[in-house]
Amino acid sequence: MSLRPLTAPWFHGPAGHEKIWLGCAILWCFVMSLMMPYWHFRGKQNSTGEAYTVKPADFLARTEKFVAANRVGTYKHPGNALLGEVPIVEPPPGGDVYLIGRMWQWYPALRLRQGETYRIHLSALDLQHGFSLQPLNMNFQAVPGYDHVLTLTPTSKGEFTIVCNEFCGIGHSSMTGKIFVE
Amino acid sequence: MSTTSHNLAAPGTPGRVCGTTGLHVCFDAQRFIKLNAVSGIVFLLLGGIAALLLALTRWQTVHLLPVDWFYRILTFHGLNMLIFWILFFEVAILYFACTTPLNARLYSRKVAWLSFTLMIVGALMTDYIILKGQADVMMTSYLPLLAHPVFYLGIILMAVGTLIGVFNFFATLYVAKRDKAYTGSMPIVTFGALAAAIIAVVTLLHGAVVMIPTFTYSMGWTAEPDPIWYRLIWWGLGHQSQQVNVCAMVSVWYLLTHIVLGSRPVNEAVCRSAFVLYILFINLASAHHLLVDPAVGATWKIWNTSYAMYLAVLASMVHGFTVPAGAEIAMREKGYTSGIFGWVTALPWKNPAFSGTALSVVIFGFLGGITGVTLGTQQINIIAHNTLRIPGHFHVTVVGGTTLAFMALAYYVIPLIFQRDFIWRGLARVQPWLFGLGITLLAFGMSFAGSMGVSRRSYDIDAQGVYGPAAHLWLGVLGVGGVLAFLSLLIFVVLCVGTLFFGKKIEGRPMADWGTPPALAGSTPGSLAHDHYATKGTMVLTLVFLACFVVYYFANWKALADVWPVR
Amino acid sequence: MKNEPKIHPWQKLMDNPWLLLVLGVLIPVLSYSVWGWIELLFTKPALLP
Repeated sequence: MSLRPLTAPWFHGPAGHEKIWLGCAILWCFVMSLMMPYWHFRGKQNSTGEAYTVKPADFLARTEKFVAANRVGTYKHPGNALLGEVPIVEPPPGGDVYLIGRMWQWYPALRLRQGETYRIHLSALDLQHGFSLQPLNMNFQAVPGYDHVLTLTPTSKGEFTIVCNEFCGIGHSSMTGKIFVE
Repeated sequence: MSTTSHNLAAPGTPGRVCGTTGLHVCFDAQRFIKLNAVSGIVFLLLGGIAALLLALTRWQTVHLLPVDWFYRILTFHGLNMLIFWILFFEVAILYFACTTPLNARLYSRKVAWLSFTLMIVGALMTDYIILKGQADVMMTSYLPLLAHPVFYLGIILMAVGTLIGVFNFFATLYVAKRDKAYTGSMPIVTFGALAAAIIAVVTLLHGAVVMIPTFTYSMGWTAEPDPIWYRLIWWGLGHQSQQVNVCAMVSVWYLLTHIVLGSRPVNEAVCRSAFVLYILFINLASAHHLLVDPAVGATWKIWNTSYAMYLAVLASMVHGFTVPAGAEIAMREKGYTSGIFGWVTALPWKNPAFSGTALSVVIFGFLGGITGVTLGTQQINIIAHNTLRIPGHFHVTVVGGTTLAFMALAYYVIPLIFQRDFIWRGLARVQPWLFGLGITLLAFGMSFAGSMGVSRRSYDIDAQGVYGPAAHLWLGVLGVGGVLAFLSLLIFVVLCVGTLFFGKKIEGRPMADWGTPPALAGSTPGSLAHDHYATKGTMVLTLVFLACFVVYYFANWKALADVWPVR
Repeated sequence: MKNEPKIHPWQKLMDNPWLLLVLGVLIPVLSYSVWGWIELLFTKPALLP
């Protein structure tokens, strides 16, 4: 009885249907717990959390240096005053890329090459921001004080939008950025 | 009166014998069950009004609130629903579970007053400062976002108050054993409440560790805590508090199927072991919120997100079997034996406590459980983190699961503890169905919009220029579901409050029956106690569940394999 | 008391709320919080080449 204390010893092992279900459930849990290590070694999409501590001011200075060295143009977002004008930067294939999230833009815009692998250093200057690459729907966290390194290989061409998906104040839903893949 | 025994059955003890169940009820416990349950329902109403405003804002066509009030109301909604409503109601459940089933008196009235006062003061402080517009930081209040110090102080008082209530629970367990109020093992409902209380201790300790330095920082006394350290410890509060709900909800499942159908656990050892797995491992799942974070490595992420090899998921799958299996055996013993599902059609679907429980099991398991485990898979989280898929998941666990189970419980708590029969009983029979429907629509809308990349906690999806008509359509479904769920919540609150004032008094007589299946002629109670193959219907249902789980899980791996390689 | 039936050790564990409380606090604190905290403390500074 579920509401009264049990006075006789009650321990006995599972049997019958319950034992069958327990077996199925344990097997399924085993499959799921192998999937993550399997994908870590053999799968292509992983979040390893590679990161280094950094002062926001230092990260901004490094990003400006990166922009000055690789700038190829200017991007003006149609109808989004918050984003304003941002430089378009084309990093050398296989190189380091610096990307800042701040209220309320992703800085700078990037031009990448299909099939090349980049080390994208992601950080935030003021509040936490959410790197959400659309329409692919890939999501990573950008946190002030941390240089979050994503080793990323664009495999499809086109224009992609970075949406902010971590609440960062009143302009949050208008905070966007751009990645062009050629 | 320090010599008074804590055994409720002892002569002269302040308590009464329930006219419906014949169980002893402690007057102190009864008073604080009333206070905490009513406060919980008031915060549920506040959070519900906020929910309606939010649903009508994310529904892009309606887009009701201005931007600043959207984020303010979202903060308000999160705290009132996930923290205040749930914790007040849980303290009520704890006070019940440690007294009546154990024949014990509540340990201390003073401690219960202290707990209640701190909780209510904390909750009101927090709500006040949010509505004043000085804490637009979301429920998570991720640093470096900073709210007014009163916001943190309110949460600290709430957490400390709850912890004191949990202490009262443990102390009651101790004195009940010491005074031999009961002998043997505590019943499964109390054991489930114990699991909830243990998890609450871990939760509230994390709450203190993260909120105290944040409070002192907001006062300007100390340096800013590290933002990822804050995320790590905060989720020890934020996610684990929801595991308290899971345990309390599963206890309520066992309680209500027992009250309505006369179910008993198929196997005490298996049911209790499942609760032990919750106690030991479910709290590792806080890592689900840091799966795409910097600075915590893959090994930590994979080990913790798997709840140590999915042992806590195993526990939920066990309860998902034993709760319906207990019901099936009870029904078959009553003589409803035709076919595989004959017992299902004979279940009392018009009894709101039963329909609420059954819907809670189905919505929590099929929708909440499957999505939760899948989204909480380390790599799959890349295509889910901070999208609307996440609230899509937790609205079917915490709302469709826990809140609906607690509503179902209220259909017995109010007659049995407040001693009044429900008013408008016909409306009550519809309420759980409407709520289940509304929440399911809401969660589908959120989940599909989230799959299209729509982010959570976002005021407007048109400014970004990337979402098409399909995403707008699913946000509309979210809105319609939200409105239906709110209507049902309103009906629930009106029924409860109306009953407290106008319900027919029960004095010494049994409560009006909501409808329980009668035992058919020729049936024998306990006849299936040793038949281990009597649960064919449950076996089929759980295998269908497993098939859905496998399909959804691997479909998400496929979706992940289609995005850009990343490391 | 004589003739008391033998109680399975697993039942003894589950009849002991205090042991469950200690284990229930210790395991998540070590596995999630302390381990996670250590990971953060050992984060190296960025070189920014």
